[in-house]
Amino acid sequence: MNVREVVNSLSLEVQSAKGNLEREVTGCYISDLLSDVMAHAQAGELWITLQTHPNVVAVASLKNLAGIIITNKRIPEEETLRKAEDERIPIAVSPSSTFEVGGMLFKMLRC
Amino acid sequence: MTQRKNIEGSFHLTGGDFTNAGGASSELKSLLINIGIAPAIVRRAAIATFEGEMNVIIHAVAGVMHYLVTPGYIKVTLNDMGPGIPDIAQAMQEGYSTAPDWVREMGWGAGMGLPNMKKNADEFRIDSIVGEGTTVEILIKIKEELL
Amino acid sequence: MTLKKVAEILGAEVVLTTADMGTEISSVCSSDLMSDLLHFSTTPKSLLITGLINKQVVRTAEIADIKAIAFVLGKRPDEETVEMARQKGIVLIVTRFSRFTACGRLYAEGLRSCTGEDR
Repeated sequence: MNVREVVNSLSLEVQSAKGNLEREVTGCYISDLLSDVMAHAQAGELWITLQTHPNVVAVASLKNLAGIIITNKRIPEEETLRKAEDERIPIAVSPSSTFEVGGMLFKMLRC
Repeated sequence: MTQRKNIEGSFHLTGGDFTNAGGASSELKSLLINIGIAPAIVRRAAIATFEGEMNVIIHAVAGVMHYLVTPGYIKVTLNDMGPGIPDIAQAMQEGYSTAPDWVREMGWGAGMGLPNMKKNADEFRIDSIVGEGTTVEILIKIKEELL
Repeated sequence: MTLKKVAEILGAEVVLTTADMGTEISSVCSSDLMSDLLHFSTTPKSLLITGLINKQVVRTAEIADIKAIAFVLGKRPDEETVEMARQKGIVLIVTRFSRFTACGRLYAEGLRSCTGEDR
């Protein structure tokens, strides 16, 4: 399953790097703590978080993640989206909670 | 039916003291529960106070939290000695934060503190002088339960 | 479902405080950001799933009326944190699963999010 399929299934709104959604999703990591993501996230995973500041792009890039899903109707900062475009990191937003987005993604990836 | 007497008190808050952070709000919450304030009101007061306390601890050198509980309302005033806020309107935006990264790693600094306080209060006032400090005052009305 | 069942589903290694495991849990919050828990109203019977293991989490849970906290990836809070939770009657459990797996498993069992925008 690639990023585009996840986005479509969960009706997410993509706000950056719309041309880079073909990447295969290997799993998912949920955390709002950057140090935690740096320590445990794996390449190719989708990252679900509430954090909206530009540092998330740097982390996603360093860890070679497939993309970031920001939940709870949070709005990524302009600088965050700008950096995400530059780094070609897809950022999608969801009005639902982390628990629900994670729960639905778990179902999708495990089948 | 006798009216309850006013209760007031204050707590000293130390900037950077994350070990004890939240202790003052927790005590105030217990006090409100003990005097029989309705749970929904206790919850709002606890949340608003907690956010205010955390702001002092995250941003200021020190501060004082003063509370006054009358039969009609709960008033909590937080005075701090800290950097002050240059642009209050900006600070009131959800998600706007000046907290350093290490604070974010502790789970704070998401920029929801002041908006949360305002949301949970019936009246909200904030004053600040850059280089000196900030005062935030919240008032929550109590509906007296019929005995 | 009961806390006991939640612990089973999460393959919880350890239960650190033993307040009533028969307590009903009807919703789940998952966050590492404390302000977020306070921003949305939580329904009274909530479980918090988090990777943050400091004392603040217990304080915030107390303020937000959260009854139980599950720490993920086998992370164990220190003695002080456990003691504070014990005093406040908040159950602490530790699961070896990640936040993703923990959320996934509970969601599959029908639990839903605690965040409700009713204010």
